[in-house]
Amino acid sequence: MRHFLEFEKPIAELEGKIEELRRTTDAGGIDVAEEVGKLRDKAETLLRQTYAKLSPWQKTLVARHPERPKAMDYVRALVAEFMPLAGDRAFADDAAVVAGLGRFRGHAVAVLGTEKGRDTESRVQHNFGMARPEGYRKARRVMELAGRFGLPILSFVDTAGAFPGIEAEARGQAEAIARSIEAGLEAPVPFVATIIGEGGSGGAIALAAADRILMLEHAVYSVISPEGCASILWRDAAQAPTAAEALRMTAEDLRKLALVDAVVPEPLGGAHRDPAAMMAAVGDKVWSVLEPLLALDGATLRARRREKFLEMGRAGVV
Amino acid sequence: MNWITDWALPKIKGLIGTSREVPDNLWHKCPACEQMIFHRDLERNLHVCPSCGHHMRLSAQGRIKATLDEGWSRIELPKAPADPLRFRDQRRYSERLKDAQTKTAMDDAVVVAQGAIEGRKVVVAAFEFSFLGGSMGAGVGEALVTAAKLAVLQDAPLIVFTASGGARMQEGTISLMQMPRTVIATRLVKEAGLPFIVVLCDPTTGGVTASFAMLGDIQIAEPGALIGFAGARVIEQTVREKLPEGFQRAEYLLEHGILDMVVKRHEMRATLGRLISLLREKLPPEPAEPAPELVALPAPEPAEATEPAKPA
Repeated sequence: MRHFLEFEKPIAELEGKIEELRRTTDAGGIDVAEEVGKLRDKAETLLRQTYAKLSPWQKTLVARHPERPKAMDYVRALVAEFMPLAGDRAFADDAAVVAGLGRFRGHAVAVLGTEKGRDTESRVQHNFGMARPEGYRKARRVMELAGRFGLPILSFVDTAGAFPGIEAEARGQAEAIARSIEAGLEAPVPFVATIIGEGGSGGAIALAAADRILMLEHAVYSVISPEGCASILWRDAAQAPTAAEALRMTAEDLRKLALVDAVVPEPLGGAHRDPAAMMAAVGDKVWSVLEPLLALDGATLRARRREKFLEMGRAGVV
Repeated sequence: MNWITDWALPKIKGLIGTSREVPDNLWHKCPACEQMIFHRDLERNLHVCPSCGHHMRLSAQGRIKATLDEGWSRIELPKAPADPLRFRDQRRYSERLKDAQTKTAMDDAVVVAQGAIEGRKVVVAAFEFSFLGGSMGAGVGEALVTAAKLAVLQDAPLIVFTASGGARMQEGTISLMQMPRTVIATRLVKEAGLPFIVVLCDPTTGGVTASFAMLGDIQIAEPGALIGFAGARVIEQTVREKLPEGFQRAEYLLEHGILDMVVKRHEMRATLGRLISLLREKLPPEPAEPAPELVALPAPEPAEATEPAKPA
């Protein structure tokens, strides 16, 4: 059973009807192939129309879609010989951040991701993609390892943000994030980050201080969730759709603001309708931006990465 | 309202520096002990309550004055694009910004100054919490990058006094990008072999703690300062637990290994002076006067377990 979002209701109804008709046919009833064909065209048109003009809030819902491919899905699809690595060497292993080594198009790489999980059990195991300090410390450790061995870094970001907890604060959540950002900026190797779903604030930038930042068409990337922003600035979490609009958190907006380098188009109806095509498209795009970086030495990469971030949002500085 | 009241008057006020307004209240109540304090006494005491020692918030200008030797100068900062997203909540961000600018006679929430501490040159950046909660947008990021470059140019340590609610939401993802930008600023200072010292003041939270403010060579905080990443309310709602006593206060962070020291405001200047001397002067400078005794607050004793642990 496909999971439909609230605004997809008309599409869900049409697809339900198609399914019903098909079952009638299979059961030996009257042939309704023509009818099904017509409905199918109608459903596709509706899907196309709906997804062509998704509001920022609707995109937020698509970005959080439970069936959307998650970080480990990309790793499994794109990285061969994957060897997971664990632990921050100080306190624990945080499963909200996945890390490891593998091969991407033949090149040995280090891989990082924030993993939300796909069912209740794995969601709990990965803490819904909200990392604790140990997760960011693991990320930092693996980025430093990648630097020592000249391995490019690929990250897949999908998180509501860093975990807000008592223990997380006690163990230095802020410091862990700051060091992870620093490790990304300092890495003497190519670093490509892809925002695959939710790019939630500090927990996202911790794994995205990269040479190239890619974003999926319906992904969102913001300093605060629309709900959080609405409850602070509007004093009403129900204003989240308005806040989503104001925050300019969509891939298209962020491309215009030159905060992301490229937008990867999604299959019709979102990544969750054709995960295999989505993951293949991400692989192609990552490779197309990574390949030219492979020729650059560490000092050049680092210097250009700094320049890139220092220039961000600076248009018009006098 | 016209351009004179909107633009010219604040500018002139800013240039004169003293707005000559009569304080509406000559007496302040200490929020901790509720003692009434005459405003001059409070100022003279660096906004520390004379009766209970509670550290109240201090303006950016006040911090710089209390830290640097006479003769310091404020640095002109590059102007970042105002309101890049044309953000509007219940009010326009551009209006909120203008109000804050008028109220504080500042362009944004950070003042940068160059000067000296006990004769040793330094660059200081100080946050103004009353400017939109000291929030970090492009203007603040630009101020910190400028301060870092100036420190390198002047061969001077960089000291940042923070007081910030975090990222400036009204600048969206641009404000998020100030995290890597300010981290780069810290790298510039450190790579030049210069000390980067952070003084965390009440309150410092969110994207400011999760970037440059946790990357000091030395991490100092003022007593009682609220310092953390996530807000207390968000944490309470998430974990559905009562927060421990003193949670996210300077002393709690010291106990948890996140700070080097908690230093009283009256001892801040001398502490910074000695730290810079120790980090940069391999041999003591020609003795002029005996150094003053410094008292850093020790880590609080654990409530129970007064018995020293026996070696295994």
